[in-house]
Amino acid sequence: MTARASRTTPAIVARGAAGRPVVQLRGVGKRYSNGTLAVAGVDLDLRAGEFASLLGPSGCGKSTVLRMIAGLGEPSAGRIDWPTARHDWRDQPVRDVGFVFQEPTLMPWATALQNVMLPLRLEKVALRDATDRATAALNAVGLGAFLSAYPRELSGGMKMRVSIARALVTEPRILLLDEPFAALDEITRHKLNDDLLALWAKAGFTVLFVTHSVFESVYLSQRIVVMAARPGRIIADVAIDAPFPRDAAFRTSVAYAEACKVVSARLAEAIGA
Amino acid sequence: MTDMAARASPASAGPASAASAGDGTDEANRPVAVVEKRWLGITVEGWQKILAPIAIGVIVLGLWEFVVRQAGIAHYILPGPLLIFRTLITDWGTLSGSLWITLQITGLALLAAVIVGGMLSIVFTQSKWLELSLFPYAIILQVTPIVAIAPLIIIWVNDTLLSLLICAWIVAFFPILSNTILGLNSADHNLVNLFQLYGASRWQTLIYLRLPAALPYFLGGLRISGGLALIGAVVAEFVAGSGGTASGLAFRILEAGYQLKIPRMFAALVMVSMSGIAIFLVLSLISHLLLRRWHESAMRREN
Repeated sequence: MTARASRTTPAIVARGAAGRPVVQLRGVGKRYSNGTLAVAGVDLDLRAGEFASLLGPSGCGKSTVLRMIAGLGEPSAGRIDWPTARHDWRDQPVRDVGFVFQEPTLMPWATALQNVMLPLRLEKVALRDATDRATAALNAVGLGAFLSAYPRELSGGMKMRVSIARALVTEPRILLLDEPFAALDEITRHKLNDDLLALWAKAGFTVLFVTHSVFESVYLSQRIVVMAARPGRIIADVAIDAPFPRDAAFRTSVAYAEACKVVSARLAEAIGA
Repeated sequence: MTDMAARASPASAGPASAASAGDGTDEANRPVAVVEKRWLGITVEGWQKILAPIAIGVIVLGLWEFVVRQAGIAHYILPGPLLIFRTLITDWGTLSGSLWITLQITGLALLAAVIVGGMLSIVFTQSKWLELSLFPYAIILQVTPIVAIAPLIIIWVNDTLLSLLICAWIVAFFPILSNTILGLNSADHNLVNLFQLYGASRWQTLIYLRLPAALPYFLGGLRISGGLALIGAVVAEFVAGSGGTASGLAFRILEAGYQLKIPRMFAALVMVSMSGIAIFLVLSLISHLLLRRWHESAMRREN
């Protein structure tokens, strides 16, 4: 139960590590049209089933990396490969991602059920089938009693749950979360962290979790990728070897404190760099 | 370390906790509608809203009647409210026919404005080039005073009703166009990203995202256009000054002016105002019914 020091090339440690990575970033860079170099030379492999965090100060390009993986904006340098993905009729890899934004990003005119059904409806899944699957997804996040509630009738934490249900309803291979719980209070955040871990343990998808909180990333992750700003780049890749399931006791354990110390030091380097 | 481990419940991180969702999702923390005292289905605040303007109206009308009687003002200069009301009843036959014509023109013009304005705004937001090249002309149509172009339209179009309809439409369609364009472009950017993420087609994005997002803006434009369609219909008819059987309220006002039947003029004026208020109320009701479940504008503040 020790936090390993940083490596430049990620070694295989995680469970389900056998086989090729889900997604592979090679020399990925992003320069915006105004000339700003947001991200440069990012190499990252995400292994099937692992829970990885992308940690860094604000403005370090971690959201940009996440968005490029999701396909929202092409990298201006390097490449993103999906070695194990199936390909569509144009021979493009099917990314098969679920995305959770910082805000719940729900359609205010639609009920919780309709919001969760959206990805299925866009994929032209039959109405009955979509309803069943969306209901199941909402049940899984504990909102089975709120199918017909409108977003404004839900609390912040509940809206985020709807957002997670929507991301998971398509049963994606990889779940991307962009500082999803940053706007929530601490109690709600801890609860949602635990629930996210439970969903991950059950369904076994790969997670890439963007955050600027050392504590949140250590609590959740098997692996923390630390980024520095100007230009956004990876400066450390730390494995958190504590076993799962993790619970409140982990937050007060020595291993947790040790890991936080190591990761904080890396983050300090990132800010200083 | 040991006692801390003992304190933690072993089930707290299991899948079961995901299903229970104890935080903020229980009954006690849900927003609750406040139950208020109601009288005939209307709240105290609701009654205030209704009674206050009515009280002012009654006072002003009373004063008006009083002044007209006291000063002995001739009815062809300024008739009192009671005389106007009586004229409204005695002349109802002619006036109601005219009202019906004016309302028809207004309704059809508004319908045309909704169809053309709505369609154009969708087309404009789908093609930047079309918007860039056509929108300035929509503005020109909007800023040119209708009184100035109405005579031309009346000359060019043989059918009087149709020419009035065109005039009313020109006045009414711009608010719908500009508001709906604003609404179609106001969809949450992250939602647009989400649609892109799931590979939504242009059509799907329009149907599932842009149109619902534009609805409150469209309805705002519709309420403005409702009043403008009526104004357009009345103004155009003033310019046309058409006689015959197919004559609207504006013609009755002109006619009554020529004949110095001032009480009748006022009666027609009252009808125009009432029609405008009725149109506004109906459109507000439609707007409220469509938005009440989700849009902030249709919500009561809960504090």
